[in-house]
Amino acid sequence: MIEFRSVTKQYADGTRAVSEFSAVIPSRKTTVFVGSSGCGKTTLLRMINRMVDPTEGVIEIDGHDIAATEPVALRRSIGYVMQNSGLLPHRRVIDNIATVLLLTRVPKAEAHARALELLDTVGLDRALANRYPGELSGGQQQRVGVARGLAANPNILLMDEPFGAVDPIVRTDLQAETIRLQRELDKTIVFVTHDIDEAFLLGDQVIILEKGATIAQQGSPEEILANPASDFVASFIGADRGKRRLTVSADVPARGDDVLLIDAGGYAAGVISAPGGKLASGSASPKSRSVSNKTSQAGDA
Amino acid sequence: MNLFGAGFAWILAPRHWVTTAEGSGIGDALVHHLFLTAVSVLITVVIAGPLGLYIGHTGRFRRVAIGASNAARALPTLGLLSALILLLGIGDVPPVVVLVVLGIPPLLAGAYAGLESLDRQTIDAARAVGMTEFQILRKVEIPLAAPLLLGGLRAAALQIVATVALASVFGLQSLGTFIIDGLAQADYVKMTAGAILVAALALLLDGVLAVVQRLVGPRGVSRGTDRHRTTARDGKKPVALTQDAH
Ligand SMILES: Nc1ncnc2c1ncn2[C@@H]1O[C@H](COP(=O)(O)OP(=O)(O)OP(=O)(O)O)[C@@H](O)[C@H]1O
Ligand SMILES: [Mg+2]
Repeated sequence: MIEFRSVTKQYADGTRAVSEFSAVIPSRKTTVFVGSSGCGKTTLLRMINRMVDPTEGVIEIDGHDIAATEPVALRRSIGYVMQNSGLLPHRRVIDNIATVLLLTRVPKAEAHARALELLDTVGLDRALANRYPGELSGGQQQRVGVARGLAANPNILLMDEPFGAVDPIVRTDLQAETIRLQRELDKTIVFVTHDIDEAFLLGDQVIILEKGATIAQQGSPEEILANPASDFVASFIGADRGKRRLTVSADVPARGDDVLLIDAGGYAAGVISAPGGKLASGSASPKSRSVSNKTSQAGDA
Repeated sequence: MNLFGAGFAWILAPRHWVTTAEGSGIGDALVHHLFLTAVSVLITVVIAGPLGLYIGHTGRFRRVAIGASNAARALPTLGLLSALILLLGIGDVPPVVVLVVLGIPPLLAGAYAGLESLDRQTIDAARAVGMTEFQILRKVEIPLAAPLLLGGLRAAALQIVATVALASVFGLQSLGTFIIDGLAQADYVKMTAGAILVAALALLLDGVLAVVQRLVGPRGVSRGTDRHRTTARDGKKPVALTQDAH
């Protein structure tokens, strides 16, 4: 569990990037910080691994104030994936993945074996191990970045707009992989994005932020969608434009059991199955997320 | 035969290679020239190398360094050498001091410019995965900036090897001896030979370092497939970074 308590960050030039931020990030779930550019998401994230130190307030991981932890040791124990992969261009993929292991004096052969396994984990061909980052596609680089973040088997994985720079198809792939990884590896993921759809897709908990990292709303995607706390939230999630309010299309005839759904703007938004003309119902327990049935224990973040 | 050809012929004459009662041979002069060069380059590297890396890594004292470098460049070499010889007496120390003063600015500039040219995001990522500042320097910055670091060394070495000749004004042995002696004896062939030798040595040293510079280029970058643009070679300005904790 990561806890922010009245955390403020004012940069040297006077910019107040984060103002009195308090929140709890539960273990083994995905928490997403979402908000528009400059609202302080990256600053929040980087305070968790002490790449940025707060001006005021306390951040605790499993009850320990991280200000008391040596930054280098802290960073080695937390995975960090960034937008531009941040791979070392002069090192082969395998060495990039093994970076943290090698820093912590894991024998080279062992570190490399682990790096190869991680290539499998993130869905990359082992044949890429000896390439340099510059010889990979953007999507492949991001996967390598994720593999590097996972190398030391950290409990916490920080991801800062990791899929911002790849095309939509690859992004969809990577999002699915992230969901799979979270489920399989049971990590505490803190994810930053400005894409609300991505936030709802990945997040068990979504924290919508306004300027200065002021919390506009915090909750599960279902809670937020069903009950936007303010006009700002409604506008941010697209509810005010009717993007989220769907109706059955009157014009297009159903194909098979499916009927077409349109949003308030009249644009096709999806289909819904309606066997025998009746809408099917289901409970909101997305397969993508590992939710509710796992209790969060103290000491497991 | 023109002077240039005569100069070459003078150099190729075996009797000019050995020291006799008439004067220094090319062999001894070359050895001492190289000795002064090597010692000066070594001391320059020991002083300016760590300093330049420190400045480049931290960004601190940059303006002080630039100011001091410019001041050092403005010093009249011959004047400084004369003053030091008056102060310390004739010997190898005064020219070495002057040569080091001359060599430091280019080496320093190469070091901090080399590190500054690196992609800040790469450095930031290295820090974020848990490298110590020293590990960042050793495992990331130095390898990536190696060509530019070597470029600084090359410039310094070239300055030094060419300026060693000046020591011969005060009777110290170097390839400059033939220029000074030639002038004094109105032996213009000898003088030309000296000039050719100094130039040839400088070119040779520069060529060797140019090859080394190519060899130290980090693999993985500068292959045309580079998406990170982390090499100094493409001269991209570093982007601002959002971090403040070291
Ligand atoms: N090192 C810094 N020095 C001064 N100001 C900074 C620094 N880093 C960030 N800021 C400022 O702090 C505010 C929050 O920045 P931050 O990077 O946390 O935003 P963000 O939500 O991640 O934005 P984006 O979506 O564009 O990445 C911005 O106004 C930014 O300009
Ligand atoms: Mg950001």
